Amino acid sequence: MAKLKDLASMEDRLVAGHGMCLGCGIPLIFRIVLRATEDPLIIANATGCLEVCTTIFPRTSWNVTWVHSAFENAAATIAGVESMYKALKKKGRIPEDKKIKFLGVGGDGGTYDIGLQALSGAVERGHDIVYVCYDNNAYCNTGGQRSSATPLGASATTSPEGAQSPGKLQRRKDLTKILVAHNIPYVAQASPNRWQDLYKKAQKAFEIEGPAFLNILCLCPTEWKYDESQGIRLAQTAIDTCVWPLYEVENGKYKINYLPKEKKPVLDWVKSQGRFRHLFKEENAWVLEEYQKQVDEDWEELKKLANL
Amino acid sequence: MSTLKTLNGNQSIAEAVRQIDPDVMAAYPITPSTAIVETIAKFKADGLIAGEFVCPESEHSAMSVCIGASSAGGRVMTATASQGLALMWEMLYIAAGLRLPIVAAIANRSLSAPINIHGDHSDTIGARDSGWIQIYSENCQEAYDNFIQAFRIGEDLKVRTPVLVGLDGFIISHSMEVIQVEDDDEVKKFIGEYKNVFPVLDTSRKMTVGPIDFTDYYFEHKRNQIEGIENAPPVIEAVGKEFGLKFGREYGFFEEYRMDDAELCIVVMSSAAGTCKDAVDELRSEGKRIGLLKPRIFRPFAHQKIAEALKKMKAIAVLDRSSSPGAFGAPLFTEVRSALYDYAERPKIVNYVYGLGGRDIKVEHFKEVGLKLEKIAETGKVEEIYGYINLRE
Repeated sequence: MAKLKDLASMEDRLVAGHGMCLGCGIPLIFRIVLRATEDPLIIANATGCLEVCTTIFPRTSWNVTWVHSAFENAAATIAGVESMYKALKKKGRIPEDKKIKFLGVGGDGGTYDIGLQALSGAVERGHDIVYVCYDNNAYCNTGGQRSSATPLGASATTSPEGAQSPGKLQRRKDLTKILVAHNIPYVAQASPNRWQDLYKKAQKAFEIEGPAFLNILCLCPTEWKYDESQGIRLAQTAIDTCVWPLYEVENGKYKINYLPKEKKPVLDWVKSQGRFRHLFKEENAWVLEEYQKQVDEDWEELKKLANL
Repeated sequence: MSTLKTLNGNQSIAEAVRQIDPDVMAAYPITPSTAIVETIAKFKADGLIAGEFVCPESEHSAMSVCIGASSAGGRVMTATASQGLALMWEMLYIAAGLRLPIVAAIANRSLSAPINIHGDHSDTIGARDSGWIQIYSENCQEAYDNFIQAFRIGEDLKVRTPVLVGLDGFIISHSMEVIQVEDDDEVKKFIGEYKNVFPVLDTSRKMTVGPIDFTDYYFEHKRNQIEGIENAPPVIEAVGKEFGLKFGREYGFFEEYRMDDAELCIVVMSSAAGTCKDAVDELRSEGKRIGLLKPRIFRPFAHQKIAEALKKMKAIAVLDRSSSPGAFGAPLFTEVRSALYDYAERPKIVNYVYGLGGRDIKVEHFKEVGLKLEKIAETGKVEEIYGYINLRE
């Protein structure tokens, strides 16, 4: 495990000057993930906050090669780059010992929803790529519309709370499980508040041959509506309540990386976020109960899978 | 040594792919282009090609893989048709906007609904504004020849634009023909080494590819892109000539058939032009001064050259194998008609839509068109500027 001091002294691959919001989880995540390999790196980025905020022509925040083509196809685009790398190595136009890592990146919109098919296809084909989803629970780049990662009861602009609605009515999709079902070598969930865990997982993902997938909880003060100075504490609450369990599945073997000493109620997670504010109305009490039930079910299932 | 081989259109394309051995081939099977993809897969399985063959889960991803691979730096091809091309639509514009010289073989097929697997040009003509160079083929030989030339044209450093090569679905894709297949080495020599422009895999530089433009740069970048396709005509001409010198079959923007002293002309692309030649021969034997002009390059449209070739006609019929609902005439017609606008004395010109969904067009249909043109030329009157051929009303 690298020391924080060593990591901090590495050259930044995502540099200052980008336009992401104060307290945004994205730069936090990627400044850690991009340090997890020292090999040359090529990134394909889906349309979204990270893409828009870092590359307003003629400026760029990328100190590493970066490609954007569209919203739903970061996995297919990086698969294309990786295929060319393989072809040119085979044809002797790239030296045999030349190492390059390939990283696909998208938000939950570009990954859980519109890009799910391309991601599924790319990992099923076994490209040697890493895909990182920064899951901020909504289409935050376009003002906070619901995604399939938006939790039950959260108010989003296309699932707003109102006199006749308690916000999003559906249970969130478990994308990590879907990726596990592809039987790829490495799948993990991480959160920026446990940076060593995130760093280790990213390192593993880059090192493993074949497709690897990281789903990372991404703080969004703008759309979750909380005090941006409290982001890391909120992420800690996410793992303490088991709303976002930290675990990894390596060659089919489950491992929970963080067991809360005392599992906290989902209430602790929702109470500081404006997107859940309406859940404290009497008529919406059932939503919070249901949310708690879902989190409990998922946690029990995960523990079983990890033989705990 | 060039050899004669009996191949259908799809096999002719696949044969060219084997000879060229692009670095990455990414394609999703769809009727009627499936056999191109299957044949490439088999070539790969048999060790006859060294490039990577990727079989993505959709055409959208196939074009996305092509875009990633092409920006990585190397030669890239795909094949598709109809709904597959429609699913690629978004990425077609991006391939052109990123100036990636991807080459696509398209077995032209109608678009749903109603679903129909047969040949018409709705797919590629629908993609006419995506920024791709478009080449159309009359037969298997032309499909093979055009596909080889497409790499030279698209990869030219002044052009750097993706190219699609159309061959009519089933009519050409599935018809056996004896074609001249050139020597592998000669084809490779003709194509030459791939010339890289800012390949992403060159990790000695850190590049940002595909950033966001606001109102301050988008327009200029689009203008640059347009310049690329505007630079294509001399390249298309030079490549077509060189191909002729090397392999004996010269190509230009269009083919003229019995046009020397013609007063009447039928303008039609692709396989139907072959049938039209027979009709022209029959009409000629009946003393009619009729000829055929077969556009080969639809984008960039050779408006001046085509107008020059047509300006002295008394009457012209443009035949479109696609429609543009609600427009004043189908796409090829509007191009030809607009090209003639600047002449003080212009030929009479009419438009017929034919062959949608693979509906047959026969010699007798072309002869009817010829007789209509003769009447228009005699009377100087156009009764019906826009009509259909072989359609039950």
